[in-house]
Amino acid sequence: MYPYISHTPDDEQKMLEAIGVSSIDELFEDIPDEVAFKREFKLDKAKSELEVRSYMTELSKKNCSLDDLTCFLGAGAYDHYIPSIVDHIISRSEFYTSYTPYQPEISQGTLQYLFEYQTLICNLTGMDVSNASLYDGGTAIAEAALMSTSVTRKEEIIISKTVRPEARRILKTYAHIQGLKVIEVDMKDGVTDLEQLDSLVSDNTSSVIIQSPNFFGIIEDIEETARITHKAKRALLITSVDPISLGILRRPGDLGADIVVGEAQGMGIPLSFGGPYLGFIAARQSHVRKLPGRIVGETIDLDGKRSYVLTLSAREQHIRREKATSNICSNQGLNTLAATVYMVTMGKEGLREVAEQSTKKAHYALKKLTQSGKYKPLFNQPFFKEFALTSDLDPELISSKLRDADIIGGYDLGQDYPQYKNAVLYAVTEKRTKAEIDKLSSVLEGI
Amino acid sequence: MRDYDKLIFEISKPGRKAYRLPPLDVEDMDLEEHIPEKFLSKEELNFPEVNEVDVIRHYTNLSDKNYGLDTGFYPLGSCTMKYNPKINEDMARLSGFANVHPLQREDCIQGSLQLLYELDKALCEIAGMDRMTLQPAAGAHGELTGLMLIKAYHEKRGDTKRDKIIVPDSAHGTNPATASMAGYKAVEVKSTDDGIVDVEDLKKVIGDGDDIAGLMLTNPNTLGLFEKHIVEMAELIHDAGGLLYYDGANANAIMGHARPGDMGFDVVHFNIHKTFSTPHGGGGPGAGPVGVKEHLVEFLPTPLVEKDGERYFLDYDYPNSIGKVKDFYGHFGILVRAYTYILTMGRDGLKKASEMAVLNANYLLSQLKDDYYLPIDTIYKHEFVLGGLKGEQLEVRTLDIAKRLLDFGFHPPTVYFPLIIREALMIEPTETESKETLDEFAKAMKQIAEEARRDPEILKEAPHDTIVRRPDEVRAARNPVLKYEG
Amino acid sequence: MNVLKDLFYTEDHEWLKVEGDEAYVGITDFAQDQLGDIVYVELPEIDDEFEKEEAFSAVESVKAASDIYMPVDGVILEVNDELLDAPELLNTDAYENWIVKIKLTDPSQLEELLTSGEYEEFIAEEV
Repeated sequence: MYPYISHTPDDEQKMLEAIGVSSIDELFEDIPDEVAFKREFKLDKAKSELEVRSYMTELSKKNCSLDDLTCFLGAGAYDHYIPSIVDHIISRSEFYTSYTPYQPEISQGTLQYLFEYQTLICNLTGMDVSNASLYDGGTAIAEAALMSTSVTRKEEIIISKTVRPEARRILKTYAHIQGLKVIEVDMKDGVTDLEQLDSLVSDNTSSVIIQSPNFFGIIEDIEETARITHKAKRALLITSVDPISLGILRRPGDLGADIVVGEAQGMGIPLSFGGPYLGFIAARQSHVRKLPGRIVGETIDLDGKRSYVLTLSAREQHIRREKATSNICSNQGLNTLAATVYMVTMGKEGLREVAEQSTKKAHYALKKLTQSGKYKPLFNQPFFKEFALTSDLDPELISSKLRDADIIGGYDLGQDYPQYKNAVLYAVTEKRTKAEIDKLSSVLEGI
Repeated sequence: MRDYDKLIFEISKPGRKAYRLPPLDVEDMDLEEHIPEKFLSKEELNFPEVNEVDVIRHYTNLSDKNYGLDTGFYPLGSCTMKYNPKINEDMARLSGFANVHPLQREDCIQGSLQLLYELDKALCEIAGMDRMTLQPAAGAHGELTGLMLIKAYHEKRGDTKRDKIIVPDSAHGTNPATASMAGYKAVEVKSTDDGIVDVEDLKKVIGDGDDIAGLMLTNPNTLGLFEKHIVEMAELIHDAGGLLYYDGANANAIMGHARPGDMGFDVVHFNIHKTFSTPHGGGGPGAGPVGVKEHLVEFLPTPLVEKDGERYFLDYDYPNSIGKVKDFYGHFGILVRAYTYILTMGRDGLKKASEMAVLNANYLLSQLKDDYYLPIDTIYKHEFVLGGLKGEQLEVRTLDIAKRLLDFGFHPPTVYFPLIIREALMIEPTETESKETLDEFAKAMKQIAEEARRDPEILKEAPHDTIVRRPDEVRAARNPVLKYEG
Repeated sequence: MNVLKDLFYTEDHEWLKVEGDEAYVGITDFAQDQLGDIVYVELPEIDDEFEKEEAFSAVESVKAASDIYMPVDGVILEVNDELLDAPELLNTDAYENWIVKIKLTDPSQLEELLTSGEYEEFIAEEV
């Protein structure tokens, strides 16, 4: 017997009789002999919970957990504080064992938190409409770019080299299959070269994509980028943002962005070796019918009661099939709930405090780490919670020395930007303490 | 239960807080000294102000308005709503998995890499494929990745005029949507009256074949029937120069009895949240790993996990790779759950799971076919499709049956899909349901059939006992209200 | 199902009402009935040019979405903005509520369209 299968041999017998067959194998007779699988899987036999737990725990211990090390690594995934209640709420099985809310009568819980999430994302970004989430920040950029080509019926996408390199690789993969052209804009002292952008934007431009704070942690001039983008007829400005930064920075929606996307992992979602995370996308009202993915709307029921349903679904693949705006037929459900609970738990003051503390600690760290002159800032630009330092030392050497001191060091920028060999990107969140930063500094000084 | 009807914004009260951070322990500073004023926000965020108890009560009350698998039977066709084992959740939350940054040094992530490596091998064995990418986020994302691989294969051979993907008329809408997103034109192949692909029509659709990039197929298909001509179909497609894509939505039917790789498929995706028991989470996150045969390995997204002696590493050295389809390495936390499940079930348990899933479907069908119209009377795999009530009771629609089931405490089956069956009710019980549960469900379905004969109004007005009743979808779509405006 | 005399029809269920070298285009009563409660109408922009059988608009209900095709070549002169706020007008009267007004590029194409009698026969077969 197996813990998740309840049939006794007697049950099986009775059920076979009711069907009118004599054996289980008879139920598989429609599988042609030439493709029937006749051996056993080369896998272990079933294991007990204790055995599985012990094996998985052993595997997990071959990793270094951030419970044991201090993390100054960011580059797209961040070690922010997660309030305890987040995991308690998402562990309610009414939430995590439910399906996509196709039956609104018994899914009002999911539908309402998605509606709250959409509201919070709109308020946070300054946009009119949000969907119920996308896979992650990287694919959200690609989906936004495809959306812009559908809105403008143009096939050229311009993206800044200060956008996270992995997100640019994803965009190129997506663009390739649709035959779209991706043009990269260079950077100047760590920010998008707006003069070059100005020369690249044309009537063929469907969208311009920037990230702020950008991959180097530097705040980009969204307003000026919007002005340049909108010189071209119908072209849209897509801005990827770190939602935490909006605790102190102006909202892209107020600065002229047409589509705002981003990665919301920092809002209540564990690092979990890269996923699952949470992509968000928000747009102007006029483009709501081109917005990919699920959307929840408010309505009333037969008795006039306020209720929520999946709406505008005619855009989606189950109705429009080959004419759908995207093939996405899910959202990040549970992670959307985690971010919703995070946003309401931190509230208006909390998000600001997280953003402020991160900024202040990052600036303290920059000052401390560059004091002796051994490490120098790579750029001289306003930044949020990440900054790049350069030195004469090999980043691998720095990383391994820090590792010996139980510190996870920064990101080696030379991997993606050959011109920044020996530069390391450090992230400092509100979770880091003065003592940890001071220790980082002293270990770095000792190398 | 009290009828809770508040949005979080409506219980906000200025001054309340649900969090506390340690006081700032570095020297304070004016943000304006370091960040130009034009970048700084002067307005307060429009977020609610609540305390921790408010948050817990609010979302606990919302959870009460949800029906989960742990609440009861969930026979959604093609969704494989099997039990989500609790140990899976615990394993994903182990500190050494949950609290690991994706960009840590290789010597700090050996456990994660080993897990991905072993899961890749296990899924390949189950699918009969040679290599997997674990990056795709969901089934639809797996499909997209799969078609990208097919495109890369043709492109490398300089075979660029292939612009069509063949999709059966019974396919899930995601298949044609994916084809179009991948820059292909979806062309439909018809089903026979027996509910499987019409091989003669397939020959016609293929024609001389030089514009066919591939075929997307679910097997067993969305009707729950095994495509028994699969070998001939695979030959036809391969002879035309195309490739075969296996949509793994229904893989729960065949584990240990057949493998897509042996049927001739070149690319396969699995819905981890279906076959491998990870939670649906109210819509996600799931995972959609894609497996390929040897001739497509060079195109897989990077990185792949390789092993060198005792050391595991991320291999980016695939010059012909389609690139990247997803941030980092996919939905690792979900993959941990799936691997936990595979270890728990083992080679014997996985096979048993498919056998019991098929037994349950055919048993439930045997209990329903006296009262419900069965368009195709045969042995099914893990699911079957009914065409509404038997006889000419057209005033009672499938929608009414679904809504009435809510009153009996069951999640309704998938309705109005596949499109080729009128008034479709697509039922997939899965292996984790007991005979008693199936009997209870059959009893409710029989009572509904009886009500349809005697008092159809009960059905037209259903549901009667849910917290809301048939929310107005037309109103929602005509005048979209997509956020709370106070 | 209502089929008005004196209009031209297509097998995709559009109608066309000619006034000189201009024409109004809409969807038929049969089409609105098949779609059910219409919730959204997507409109082209004025001066957009379309060829015969090219999609120039889309109509959505909760359960369906359908592209609307040009019966003949033409240039958009006017769009019926009222439909943006009140798409249900297409359900109320599909003939009164046109979708676009076009300038005919090639009036000889009208001969290829169905007459009301032919369209009536066509939909009788479709049911």
